[in-house]
Amino acid sequence: MRITLKVWRQDGPTAPGSFETYDVPGVSPDMSFLEMLDVVNDRLTLDGKRPIVFEHDCREGICGSCGMMINGVPHGPERGTATCQLHMRKFHDGDQIVVEPWRSAAFPVIRDVAVDRSAFDRIIEAGGYISTPTGAAPDANLTLIPKPVADAAMDAAACIGCGACVAACPNSAAQLFTSAKLAHLNLLPQGQAERWARTEAMVETMEEFFGSCTNHGECREACPKEISLDFIAMMNRDYVKSKRKNRKLLSQIR
Amino acid sequence: MATTTPARGSQSSARGLVRPTFSQPRRRLPYPFGLYQTAVGKKWVMGVTGIMMMGFVLVHMIGNLHMYEGPAKYNEYAEALRTVGGALMPREGVLWALRLGLLGAAALHIHSAATLTIINRRSRPLAYQSPRDYSAANFASRTMRATGIIVLLFVIFHLLDLTWGVFLGEDYITGDVYNNVTRSLSSLPIALLYLLANIALAVHLFHGAWSMFQSLGWNSPQFNQARRVFAAAFAGLILVGNLSFPILNLTGVVSQDSRTTPCVAEGGEETRICLGVNE
Ligand code: HEM
Ligand code: SF4
Ligand code: FES
Repeated sequence: MRITLKVWRQDGPTAPGSFETYDVPGVSPDMSFLEMLDVVNDRLTLDGKRPIVFEHDCREGICGSCGMMINGVPHGPERGTATCQLHMRKFHDGDQIVVEPWRSAAFPVIRDVAVDRSAFDRIIEAGGYISTPTGAAPDANLTLIPKPVADAAMDAAACIGCGACVAACPNSAAQLFTSAKLAHLNLLPQGQAERWARTEAMVETMEEFFGSCTNHGECREACPKEISLDFIAMMNRDYVKSKRKNRKLLSQIR
Repeated sequence: MATTTPARGSQSSARGLVRPTFSQPRRRLPYPFGLYQTAVGKKWVMGVTGIMMMGFVLVHMIGNLHMYEGPAKYNEYAEALRTVGGALMPREGVLWALRLGLLGAAALHIHSAATLTIINRRSRPLAYQSPRDYSAANFASRTMRATGIIVLLFVIFHLLDLTWGVFLGEDYITGDVYNNVTRSLSSLPIALLYLLANIALAVHLFHGAWSMFQSLGWNSPQFNQARRVFAAAFAGLILVGNLSFPILNLTGVVSQDSRTTPCVAEGGEETRICLGVNE
């Protein structure tokens, strides 16, 4: 295959960026998208040019670092897959492929198509954990969890924090990510003690960085883990409840 | 977060490259008003006020169907609206309570729409430089602001026209609602305006009546499939009902001429509600 690659090149966070076009012959349909970029980078390096900076780690769709906009779609045309698992056979010989970084005030470009997603870390720090005493591991099956609950929590936990939901959202909202992280803990018994404090803190931290959801549903289409919009409804319900619950909880401490 | 209340705002969220675009207020208003200081809370308010306006739009549409029963029944309905509550309430008492409620709902709905839109603009200062390929966002969801503004402008015109009679001049007869509606709607430009505004309203409701379920967190596998159907059906119902008024007036099915129906129910006395009807 021979493709034309149009990639966003930007030297640093404050540098101006622009698209550059590369002719890429000799692409195997069995290559992953990142392997194709590796080939381009090898050639750029041999030519003494700066290779394209993109983030990657696991290359098996579980770390969430490889996100980029491919032909106007986060993670490219294949549904339910991250960029690293997208194969070149999804494209045709002679295609032009446009690659752009996520665009969001919360995701500043580091270089080229690599962005800083640490705004997600701020949300997790606000409550995406359970406080638990260290000590001997509890016995297995000590805490019984109904199967549908475990399944729903597992579906939420599948989120890899890639940021495609934010990238896809016309409002740059992070509702799908935040609601998945909340549901993952808020559904399980272990998450109950801190449920309302967690919900309030994570939602409010999210709002410091991201836009507001208008229920377009673009995030769900872009998500490599196909996280459900139902979690967003659950988050909205829990947030409004948390305001009441947390007020009550306060009166018990003081 | 665990045992003590986090001192919100004390720890800066800005680290490294990433800067917040919005800062939560240091002091929250007391519950439940503090909800309205947050984006998720504002969206919840949009949903609740949207439902209030949906209730109005539905009752308004059904009420106007009385037009097809002739001037007497129509004017009677208009009068009945003013005396809801019977002897217990002053004349127009309930009506004014509803009006104020709706006004408040509209104000909150528009205020939250405007402030959330500003937040959204700020959240993506640099747009995508290559064409975006949307797969779920539809025409309705992407034109909510435009359709909302069209409806707002229309409502202002509608009130000036039929409540205050600003445009009908001599032809406006206080209390003779049938006369006013038929005179106004028989003009082509005005009828077209009604068509346009009500199509915009239906488009707004097609997304809004679905979106509110998400914003309010009304979600269950048992009825999730039905939420889209409900929104489409509600929007369709309002569309058909509200479009029938300008269309049937323009085509002459309902008109000044059809006012041969007696204005007062048989045996009744002439009252102020049929003022001018038999001229
Ligand atoms: C008067 C001017 C209006 C403006 C500027 C306006 C604007 C908006 C905006 C920006 C949204 C959020 C968009 C979204 O969720 O994607 C919205 C939602 C909505 N609107 Fe309006 N709107 C107006 C009037 C109305 C009217 C008259 C009704 C009802 C008859 C209505 C019903 C709704 C509903 C039910 C929602 C969904 C709320 C939610 O998602 O929680 N709106 N409106
Ligand atoms: S919800 Fe989906 S799209 Fe968003 S960060 Fe998680 S895995 Fe990525
Ligand atoms: S490289 Fe880990 S998800 Fe793609």
